[in-house]
Amino acid sequence: MKRAGFTTAWLPILLLVPQLIIIAVFFYWPAAHAIQSSFYLQDPFGFGSTFVGWENYTHLFSNSEYLRIAGFTVIFTILVTFLSLGLALLLAVKADKVIRGAHSYRTLLMWVYAVAPPVAGFIGLIMFDQSWGPLTEFAQMLGWDFTLGVTYFDTATAMVVVSVWKQVPVNFIFFLSGLQSIPKSVREAALIDNRSASGRFWDVTFPLLAPTAFFLLIINITYSLFDTFGVVDTLVKGEPGNNPMTLVYKVYVDGFRGNDLGGSSAQSVILMVLVLALTVFQFRMVERRIHYT
Amino acid sequence: MAQVTLSGIRKVYPNGFQALTTTSFDIPDGEFTVLVGPSGCGKSTLLRMVAGLEDITEGELRIGDRVVNDVDPADRDIAMVFQNYALYPHMTVRKNIAYGLKNRGTSAEDIAKKVAQASDMLGLDDYLDRKPSQLSGGQRQRVAMGRAIVRDPALFLFDEPLSNLDAKLRNQMRIEIKALQRRLGVTSIYVTHDQVEAMTMADRIIVMNGGKVEQIGTPAEVYHAPASTFVASFMGAPPMNLVPAHAVAGMVRFAKTSLAVETHTDGPVTMGIRPEDLIPDTSGPLPFDVQIIEELGAHRLLHGVVGDEKLTVHVGKDTDVGTGPVPLSVKPGAISLFHHETGTRL
Amino acid sequence: MSDISADTLATDRSSAPPKRRIKWSTVVDHSVLIVGSLFMLLPLVVLIQMSSVPDVEVIKTGPSLQIGDQLDDNFNKAMFQASGFSGENTGTSMLINSFILGIGFAVGKIIIGMMAAYAIVYFRLRFATLAFWIIFTTLLLPLEVRILPSYEVVQSLGMLNTYQGLIVPLIASATATFFFRQFFRSVPEELVEAARIDGAGPVKFFIDILVPLSQTMIAAMFIIMFVFGWNQYLWPTMITTDEDMFTLVRGIKQITQDLEGTNIPEYGRANLLAIIAIIPPVFVVIFFQSWFVKGLTESDK
Repeated sequence: MKRAGFTTAWLPILLLVPQLIIIAVFFYWPAAHAIQSSFYLQDPFGFGSTFVGWENYTHLFSNSEYLRIAGFTVIFTILVTFLSLGLALLLAVKADKVIRGAHSYRTLLMWVYAVAPPVAGFIGLIMFDQSWGPLTEFAQMLGWDFTLGVTYFDTATAMVVVSVWKQVPVNFIFFLSGLQSIPKSVREAALIDNRSASGRFWDVTFPLLAPTAFFLLIINITYSLFDTFGVVDTLVKGEPGNNPMTLVYKVYVDGFRGNDLGGSSAQSVILMVLVLALTVFQFRMVERRIHYT
Repeated sequence: MAQVTLSGIRKVYPNGFQALTTTSFDIPDGEFTVLVGPSGCGKSTLLRMVAGLEDITEGELRIGDRVVNDVDPADRDIAMVFQNYALYPHMTVRKNIAYGLKNRGTSAEDIAKKVAQASDMLGLDDYLDRKPSQLSGGQRQRVAMGRAIVRDPALFLFDEPLSNLDAKLRNQMRIEIKALQRRLGVTSIYVTHDQVEAMTMADRIIVMNGGKVEQIGTPAEVYHAPASTFVASFMGAPPMNLVPAHAVAGMVRFAKTSLAVETHTDGPVTMGIRPEDLIPDTSGPLPFDVQIIEELGAHRLLHGVVGDEKLTVHVGKDTDVGTGPVPLSVKPGAISLFHHETGTRL
Repeated sequence: MSDISADTLATDRSSAPPKRRIKWSTVVDHSVLIVGSLFMLLPLVVLIQMSSVPDVEVIKTGPSLQIGDQLDDNFNKAMFQASGFSGENTGTSMLINSFILGIGFAVGKIIIGMMAAYAIVYFRLRFATLAFWIIFTTLLLPLEVRILPSYEVVQSLGMLNTYQGLIVPLIASATATFFFRQFFRSVPEELVEAARIDGAGPVKFFIDILVPLSQTMIAAMFIIMFVFGWNQYLWPTMITTDEDMFTLVRGIKQITQDLEGTNIPEYGRANLLAIIAIIPPVFVVIFFQSWFVKGLTESDK
């Protein structure tokens, strides 16, 4: 708060009320409700529900399908996060270096930020089309008989490719802005101190980018867990069947299609705990991370 | 140690802006040379070309016997102190100082010895394990110096290293840098926009303006015999008084007064007189009218007019003058004459 | 760098023979960037090519290098021909809904966020810290994890298939509030003091000084929020079942389903709808690039 703040009593309350009402109704109430119903078993026909304690949770953890989906989500998250971070870092370093065409490259590399995940998924469907998709043909050239939506592994590959394509731009923007905020003179000092370009990158540039990279790590994990819903839904064409899916997709499938409200709520709560853990981890690291200013 | 030779060096930026017109000069071995000029005069560009941070558009640059136009900065055997120090924020003071040595394959033992020496010389012993963010401006400045010293370079480059310090610290560091350079005897190029720094630190001053060299000379030469009206007004505070006058046969006429001067010019000229070369003198020929007196303790500045021309006069604290008419005389030989249009010294 | 010095040297060939050094590292840099740019751009090119040729051709050969003359026809189909049963979700209606969602979400979020941030930063309020934490906690849980109960709330409020039901629950997170709080805190303290000495009350100060001062921030937030709102998928999928309420992004699902099981899938129409869904947010991001990048990267602090 500002030291010379205003003292009017009614105005700030008036200003806060809209926000507080919205989050009370559409955030706290649903979140509490999710937690509550995760302990109940809903009658399939909607005639009330029974308290079952931790049963919904224990049921999940003994469910091999759920565990398989959790496993897939972990691998998917790791792949998407590291591939998109790596590609974006490479591109950002190069875009930061070149003088000619720097602006055009920047635009070309960031516009995909604005593409909605399901639209990205749709583009994936076209690119991986069974009979003539350019990427399918490319895979065939490499001797890989690519069948999207049929082979589990191939569908998973398509999900990763599309999700990375969609996520590179955000990482690129952050890395580039991180690179540009490194003082020019520090890089010049490094130029005098070290003749090897890769040495300069790993000794000076990369450590100075570390805070950005860490922030992006969290952003990318969250993205892979949640925002890829549209990609997954489009690529499996709304028919999960034998296809891979992520945990969020499973919440949706069970809750909406399967009408298993308790199980779906329990899954929601597990995801909430996951996100909270991530956030706490992030704050702990931010506290510890060196502020270079 | 090395001499630096610039032969026909020129710099044009890709957008067509010429930052430096064709320039040639030598910097003798072991000398402390200060490049001084207003911002945008090309002094930093010149320094950065010597460092290898800017491409040289044209001409040849030698450090010692070696042409270094295409040599990487790391291989030029130079050290540079930056305006904002450019310390590596994630490294401790020790690592900052050692980084350049490490990359040159110096043994750990030698590095430790050199770092210890430098930190001892600069009084950094207590700070070696701190990060730059935990240091004050003056301490960061010393670390930057330390980083330069341990490299034991052929050439020191300073890019306005004191401009981020407060006035008191600046004066102190000025003396320290000068003393250090004396002690190490390393050829140095020092860029600044502060004429006091230039005067006090330099063996030789190079005054620059608008991408070209205006004058090269010792501080005394530059001060007493400025090569142009630009140098006359840039060096010295308050600057040299510059007034339009008329030269005729060994005399210069100004405000209905004739002043003796050694010149062969006739016609309109710009006359320059340093404020301390104008002396209140009841029998003086110049009818000076004092309007404002600036009291500076050790001395005073009298601001006033002679006819329509404004003049500033520097007098000792004991000179008893008030506002109103104060006749002035001019110290013999203190008059500089410049071309009235080009501003070059006549 | 090398070609720059070579260019300027070229005018003076006589005095200094130009040495055009090809820096291989520069060549590598550009190659990497070009490959990266193509990786980003090619899918879009494929989509456009496909919608320029007759659908029959697409089924036979797939994407090719041929540019046909069907763009107009396909565009008309995309914009004015409805899919689905009700015949109400033409491209035009979905486009309008997308704009309502994008703009409504962005404006709502900015107004509510600025108001709350102003209250938290500029008032001596006993519950300021509590209010901040209540609001801040919402940053922790994305809508996706509480989607079912949120749906039930909207349902019980009778807001299914309404714009309010679509927009308001999405506003229930504090990103904008947090962003403006950070910005307001960086506004110099003296400004309030000066305004108070000049006799400006809290309302005047907000409208006359703080809002004009925040213009860039508001623009940046608007771009980010517009794109975010426009691109919403899961929530609109659940809340809107009436076809005349579909947004373009929501409609994508139906578009892909339309491609299934038809003899001659209308690739041209489908691709153009996808492209129309892409154009407005991409346009905003490209043309207001500097604001957008600023808003995005500064929200990280």
